[in-house]
Amino acid sequence: MELSFQTVMSQVMLGLNNGAFYAILSLGLAVIFGLLNIVNFAHGALYMLGAYVALLGFTSLGPLIGMPDFHLNYWAALIVAPLVVGAVGIVIEKTMLSRLYKFDHLYGLLLTFGLALIIQGVFTNFFNVSGDPYEAKPEILNGAVNLGFMMFPKYRLWVIVISLAVCFGTWYVIERTKLGSYLRAGTENPELVKAFGVNVPLMITLTYGYGVALAAFAGVLAAPIYSVSPVMGSEMIITVFAVVVIGGMGSIMGSIVTGLLLGMVEGFTKVVYAPASSTVIFLIMVVVLLVKPAGLFGRES
Amino acid sequence: MTESVHKEMLRISDLHAFYGESHILHGIDLTVGEGEVVTLLGRNGAGRTTILKSIIGLVGRRSGSIAINGVETIRMPTHRIAHLGLGYCPEERGIFSSLTVEENLLLPPVVNEGGMTLSEIYEMFPNLLERRSSMGTRLSGGEQQMLAMARILRTGAKLLLLDEITEGLAPIIVQTLRQLIGQLKEKGFTIILVEQNFHFAAELADRHYVIDHGSIAEMIPRDELGSSMEKLNRYLGV
Repeated sequence: MELSFQTVMSQVMLGLNNGAFYAILSLGLAVIFGLLNIVNFAHGALYMLGAYVALLGFTSLGPLIGMPDFHLNYWAALIVAPLVVGAVGIVIEKTMLSRLYKFDHLYGLLLTFGLALIIQGVFTNFFNVSGDPYEAKPEILNGAVNLGFMMFPKYRLWVIVISLAVCFGTWYVIERTKLGSYLRAGTENPELVKAFGVNVPLMITLTYGYGVALAAFAGVLAAPIYSVSPVMGSEMIITVFAVVVIGGMGSIMGSIVTGLLLGMVEGFTKVVYAPASSTVIFLIMVVVLLVKPAGLFGRES
Repeated sequence: MTESVHKEMLRISDLHAFYGESHILHGIDLTVGEGEVVTLLGRNGAGRTTILKSIIGLVGRRSGSIAINGVETIRMPTHRIAHLGLGYCPEERGIFSSLTVEENLLLPPVVNEGGMTLSEIYEMFPNLLERRSSMGTRLSGGEQQMLAMARILRTGAKLLLLDEITEGLAPIIVQTLRQLIGQLKEKGFTIILVEQNFHFAAELADRHYVIDHGSIAEMIPRDELGSSMEKLNRYLGV
């Protein structure tokens, strides 16, 4: 089989675009798992919720508040959706998750899985399962750019760039700042950090809020590419969990790098043997679990 | 020195503490005056560490009364207790492996004015300056202990709860710690020491509480230590 450089690169770039979504979503899961010890199964549903905040803000918010000409634009949605979903996350943490920390993490998993089913069920009831288009993509991101080896859609390039910026920004805050040192210390020994006088319960609430806000941000980024549908999260989250398992639960850089790499591997597989592209990540997961059960970047405990 | 010359800093009355179903402390009463150094002596498992953890709010359930400078803390959330001017050095030292030495030093929030500055701390512990960018748990045991102490001196805490700080350390380091505690005492710090090394404790402390089976068995002031040795040996089983 002849593989032209151009074919390979174009699929790898598209794969990197998917990888950017995997990276943001698995980063949020890793941050939440690190501090809360909870596997957040509601992550996909909150990603979907983010996309719907953008969609409904564009199509329905204006008429609802009696200003039919008002449309929440894309840039505003990138800020508003994470704030709305972050607030939803804070309510979930305060009223439900916070009661579960003293139990096994299985309970957190069951609770968030239940929430995911409820949120998805409610949206399936009101919206089209096959998806609605989000037509607020800004003019400036239309068209394609010439990368030298291929013409690449501007919007997808934007997704890659902004996702990398958000991921590495989050990494920088966690690994290199004072605020991040509280987070790392709280992940290691929350009781002692409390004993030093740090308000750990508040920190946990805000961390959950931030983690799910990242999911909503990814949801808005995804809206112009994929159609916005109630099941978009559950389709995405299965792959993202495989990414997290491969990268190693709780490792920040691990989740980012693994997300990007696996997106590219998926893209590359499309060129080599397309039918395997949707399963290749799970094959890698099996191999990694056999060889390094804590994941590529995970610490053995 | 006797209790009466000190302003009361800590008063514990009828303290009970529980971990899950197990009842660890059975009605502890003790007081510590400002500027005093007090030790908690006793066998392993007698409840000494649990008393320190109860004061800082790290036990599952506690009842009774713990007043710090007259402020009742029994129902206070853990993260607010330290802000009454407490510094805690846990038995396992609690150095964070994902933080550098300097991040470990800067982690505990300042709870009171008058704490040491970072440069004063580095002057006092030159090893920590040299290794400030290493990850916390790369330090030797002695250095980690110095770090665990230095960390709470930065916060301005005036009441220090020190749990087995000499455990497993070389004699030369124990000597340094002895000097350090002596200096802190001169500066007017109030210190509660849980100590296995009786000679270390005997030299420094104004009073000793002997803990046995979760209760206070004896209180021995410094000047009665000589005459109480026999009794003490029976409790400590040495």
